[in-house]
Amino acid sequence: MARITFIQNDGTERVVEAEPGMTVMEAAVKNAIAGIAAECGGACACATCHVYVDDAWREPTGSPEQMEEDMLDFAFDVRPSSRLSCQIKVSEALDGLVVRIPEKQF
Amino acid sequence: MSDKVISTDAVIVGAGPVGLFAVFELGLVDIKCHLVDILDRAGGQCTELYPEKPIYDIPGLTVVSGQELTDRLMDQIKPFGAEFHFNQRVESLERRDGGFRLVTDAGTVLDCKVLVIAAGGGSFTPKRPPLPGIEQYEGTSVFYSVRKMENFKDRDVLIVGGGDSALDWTLSLQPVAKSLTLLHRRAEFRAAPASVQKMLDLVDKGAMSFKLGQVTTLHGEGGRLSAVTVKGADGVTFEQPVEVLLPFFGLTMKLGPVADWGLNLEENLIPVDTAKFETSEKGIFAIGDINTYPGKLKLILSGFHEAALMAQQAHHYVYPDKKLIFQYTTSSSSLQKKLGVK
Repeated sequence: MARITFIQNDGTERVVEAEPGMTVMEAAVKNAIAGIAAECGGACACATCHVYVDDAWREPTGSPEQMEEDMLDFAFDVRPSSRLSCQIKVSEALDGLVVRIPEKQF
Repeated sequence: MSDKVISTDAVIVGAGPVGLFAVFELGLVDIKCHLVDILDRAGGQCTELYPEKPIYDIPGLTVVSGQELTDRLMDQIKPFGAEFHFNQRVESLERRDGGFRLVTDAGTVLDCKVLVIAAGGGSFTPKRPPLPGIEQYEGTSVFYSVRKMENFKDRDVLIVGGGDSALDWTLSLQPVAKSLTLLHRRAEFRAAPASVQKMLDLVDKGAMSFKLGQVTTLHGEGGRLSAVTVKGADGVTFEQPVEVLLPFFGLTMKLGPVADWGLNLEENLIPVDTAKFETSEKGIFAIGDINTYPGKLKLILSGFHEAALMAQQAHHYVYPDKKLIFQYTTSSSSLQKKLGVK
């Protein structure tokens, strides 16, 4: 199990438990985290599960591959810490992960 | 509007997998179909969102991509000669004696006896960037597509994005606009490399500008844009004078005009009965992701099942005097004839 903290734009936090192998997006949807629309259902095709990875977690989560980087063009207010949460696989190493949800996903 | 009215048995709104399979099921009971889709090709979400992605839950196919499933369905429905109207959205629905009249935004007029809404998550529409106040500029200074080139003639145009739409319109509008700037968040593009090269050549010639950054604020008055604030890739903000803004951030699904057709809706879904998949109105069916009923699962296979049952009821409306005898494709020579089996 890995605990993931989702922080909304207004500062409210929620911690959810995720199983290794699932994606951060799936963990969000399963726990009804607001602001993760995931319109395409995890196909890296819509950029509506955009999150900002907390600086301390940027290295363990890695950087986007080209397809994800391309899809981030469709996100709003993209920053160096931007990721699509459907492309971050949960592992024990990510126990404690903190991500922030943008003000809007479009 | 074209004055030619197309008359047909059934109109299917949406050419995704479920709309396509509806052609098959309706075809087996001798119902001719026309399909309308906002996209430029068949497949709906399958081809628009995940053409290369594997689907594992189509019965009989261990794994199939969105594109391949679409290709197979197109092949399967070939015997029925359905006609497609792409790049169009059905805007209005009018009840008429013995059926319906539909008019698309391209002016196509379709008269039909039954209407099948297989519109999935709704019609694909351009994403609106969540910039405060953007609504007041839409249609005057902010456009999501290019319908009339004259809107851009002798104007300072800013195009935002890095995909094919952004690059294609950059190249088309550059000769027309007074000035043209392409803004993208990074120096890499999803667009076809040839278009990117053409754009860079124009920049080299001084015919247009390319800047790195993202729009953060719109400035203007009375629906007229005068400038935008841009946060550059280096984090430094600057103001870009602009009269016309074209943001290309991809597509999202919106229910669209279906919401205004007077059908019962539940949270943007159309409730149907599970015997016929008919809506609150006789002769109008809803199948696939757009419908709702107790136990509904948004699966392609559910949509296929719904299409089969819908076709049985549709037959009553198209052929009120004929009794439908249930037959299997495996053993019925008349069904096999329709399928072109030799």
